Amino acid sequence: MRKVAMVGAGMTKFVRRALETPKELSYEAAKTTLDSCGLSLDDVDCVAHGTAPDAFDGIHQNGEYMTCGSGGWNKPSMRVFVGGATGVHAIVHGWHHVASGMFDTCLVVCEEKMSSAMPHAQGFFLTIFDSITERALQPNLLWIFALEMNRYMERYGYTKEDMALAAVNNKRNGLKHPASQFADEVSVEDVINSEMLAYPVSRLDVSPVSDGAAAVLLAAEPVARRLTDKPVWLEGVGWNLDTAYWATRDLSYPRYLDKAARMAYEMAGIREPDKQIDIAEPYDPFDYKALHHMEGLQLSPRGKTVELLRDGHFGMDGNMPMCPSGGLLGVGNPIAAAGTMKVCELYWQLRGEAGERQVPGNPRLGLAQAWGDLMQVSSVVVAGI
Amino acid sequence: MSKRVAIVGIGYSGFRTTSTDVSYREMIYEAATKCYEDAGGIHPQSIDSFVASSEDFMEGISIADEYVPDQLGAVLKPVQSIAGDSLQGLASAMMQIKTGELDLVTASAFSKVSNLSSYENVLAYATDPVYVRPFQENPYFIAGLEMNRYLYETGTTREQCAKVVVKNRYNALKNPVAVYGSKLDLDDILSAPPLCEPLGEFDKSGHLDGAIVLLLASEDKAKELTDKPIWIEGIGWATDTPNLDSRTDTLGGALYAELAGKKAYSMAGINTPYNEIDFAEIDDTFSYKELQHLEALKLCGPGEAGELLELGSFAPAGDLPVNVSGGSLGIGYLHEANGLQKVLETVMQLRGEAGPRQLEDVETGLAFAWRGVPTTTGTAIVLSNKG
Repeated sequence: MRKVAMVGAGMTKFVRRALETPKELSYEAAKTTLDSCGLSLDDVDCVAHGTAPDAFDGIHQNGEYMTCGSGGWNKPSMRVFVGGATGVHAIVHGWHHVASGMFDTCLVVCEEKMSSAMPHAQGFFLTIFDSITERALQPNLLWIFALEMNRYMERYGYTKEDMALAAVNNKRNGLKHPASQFADEVSVEDVINSEMLAYPVSRLDVSPVSDGAAAVLLAAEPVARRLTDKPVWLEGVGWNLDTAYWATRDLSYPRYLDKAARMAYEMAGIREPDKQIDIAEPYDPFDYKALHHMEGLQLSPRGKTVELLRDGHFGMDGNMPMCPSGGLLGVGNPIAAAGTMKVCELYWQLRGEAGERQVPGNPRLGLAQAWGDLMQVSSVVVAGI
Repeated sequence: MSKRVAIVGIGYSGFRTTSTDVSYREMIYEAATKCYEDAGGIHPQSIDSFVASSEDFMEGISIADEYVPDQLGAVLKPVQSIAGDSLQGLASAMMQIKTGELDLVTASAFSKVSNLSSYENVLAYATDPVYVRPFQENPYFIAGLEMNRYLYETGTTREQCAKVVVKNRYNALKNPVAVYGSKLDLDDILSAPPLCEPLGEFDKSGHLDGAIVLLLASEDKAKELTDKPIWIEGIGWATDTPNLDSRTDTLGGALYAELAGKKAYSMAGINTPYNEIDFAEIDDTFSYKELQHLEALKLCGPGEAGELLELGSFAPAGDLPVNVSGGSLGIGYLHEANGLQKVLETVMQLRGEAGPRQLEDVETGLAFAWRGVPTTTGTAIVLSNKG
């Protein structure tokens, strides 16, 4: 297998309402990424592009529209789409481009501008459901996640306070991220007492609606070694999609993530992920999801995650810092860009360039994950230095 | 380039202008079942990964990727969607195999355009929201502009474009799945009402529903599964920009096709495409596109395609048969499944399974797909049955 490394990363600020167009956001992320490794667009062989639903930007064939923002102009440019998991999956998609031997460098760019949707981006999630069996009930995305959160809590006897701990942890971490939109020092009480959206989901359990873009430059081994003395290698990738009939599944455990993670670990030769992985960036659009995903990733025993979190195991000084970036709860959630932001975080943390929020002890192996569709898909990237 | 990749299974269903009796999931199920059967009765559990190609707006679902796995037998498997032409999806499937980590990957796509009450309105959302969309023009005006410019730049005539329609729709009469096969006179086409001058109603391909599933395999696996693997010798794709104001090429050119062809040829080791390609399935969404793409893909010199067409070079018995299947003008336009339809035909020809339209002694075929207006994305693939 051809080794592939990350050699540059960059992102925009995550904000509620960006004045920039989707193209301009992509441009900023792509440009800062190329600047970070001293390259220009001429050095890029191809572009792997990701945005989540076209409906957000209100543009049909959004990947085409974005080419002159993402750098894909007059190059091979291909857009991948796996719902909310797109941000991390775009890295996997980029890995396909380079590991296949087809290209030496690949610029991965993900963008989302959710604020164009009026009155609120949630409206577009009404059209993600089965047009015959579900849409007539007018389900809201928050409702089905509330079902999943409830099921997860019920299965292991977790409380709303337990779930809020993840929000407290991630939002605090996010305070040190210069691009963050939503970081805050909040208490468990603040989370519990915030406005109830759909029981058990309260406002502070959820990540915000955001605009932003993030990018990573991938390079094949010989190119990567020429460009930098600290390439961050993609050691393993995995992805998996479960059935669309989510109502037939036990929502307490993400089996698709279990399989995606094992695929990545096998590729990376990891046997004991909970011991070998130094930092984890599980996908956290909701606080409970961070914990739910830690279990699916085999980074925490089922039903013991809250205990480990309370013990500080997942704190910044713990054995395995969880969401050192601040995650979606802290930094923000421009859907596809948020996943790529997590991979950018691995790049900075593993190179020791994360500044104020640098995880102590020279982390050597990190994991980023994203999740999407109808609670049914996950993509996993394991990176090491 | 570590390994070769082959197409080892093909399956399709539909190819009808309307299909009120089946959902797209049922169409995909039928195509997938046929594909797995064609690959020697393989069970989907033994397939490593699945790549679908779709666009949300065409399906009326905000995250179309959700509904990919069930009908393919791909539940709890690596699955991803490419928001692009299905030939790009096939490129992604091929790259996955070339990493060396996966052996069997499907590429699938469908069109259920008959569900749309107004396709042009959806298409209008692909144009620039600030500079183009507010004019509320039918997006086909771009094709009219392009055609006009192409005729002006190359000296190609309106009649030559009409002859593409005559050829392809006549070819389609020998293709049992082609819906638009007919024997037309030049006058029928030239006297048809214009869509946007000089583009007439017959110059545009008609809509079609259909589903296609292909199975790709690594070299070792391909030899194990079938005695007639069709090898992917080269593939390339490129995008200019859909914005009329910032295109690199003039409206008369097709730089994306040139770039895509260049990459595919260099990967396949082809230096003189005109001599080395035996037949081609080239995008003919609009009549002039076939000629424009033939020139951009170096299958003839610039401005020569119209004359060569008139000399019969691109007829089934000519030097370089083009769109023997009937192309999109004859078969119908399958939207994101278009690319796979062109590969399907190329594979059938190379396997010798094309029935009454079978070409003699063909070894190397080219398929090229374009995503239609307003895009400038094209993908070229070189396929062969050698070794």
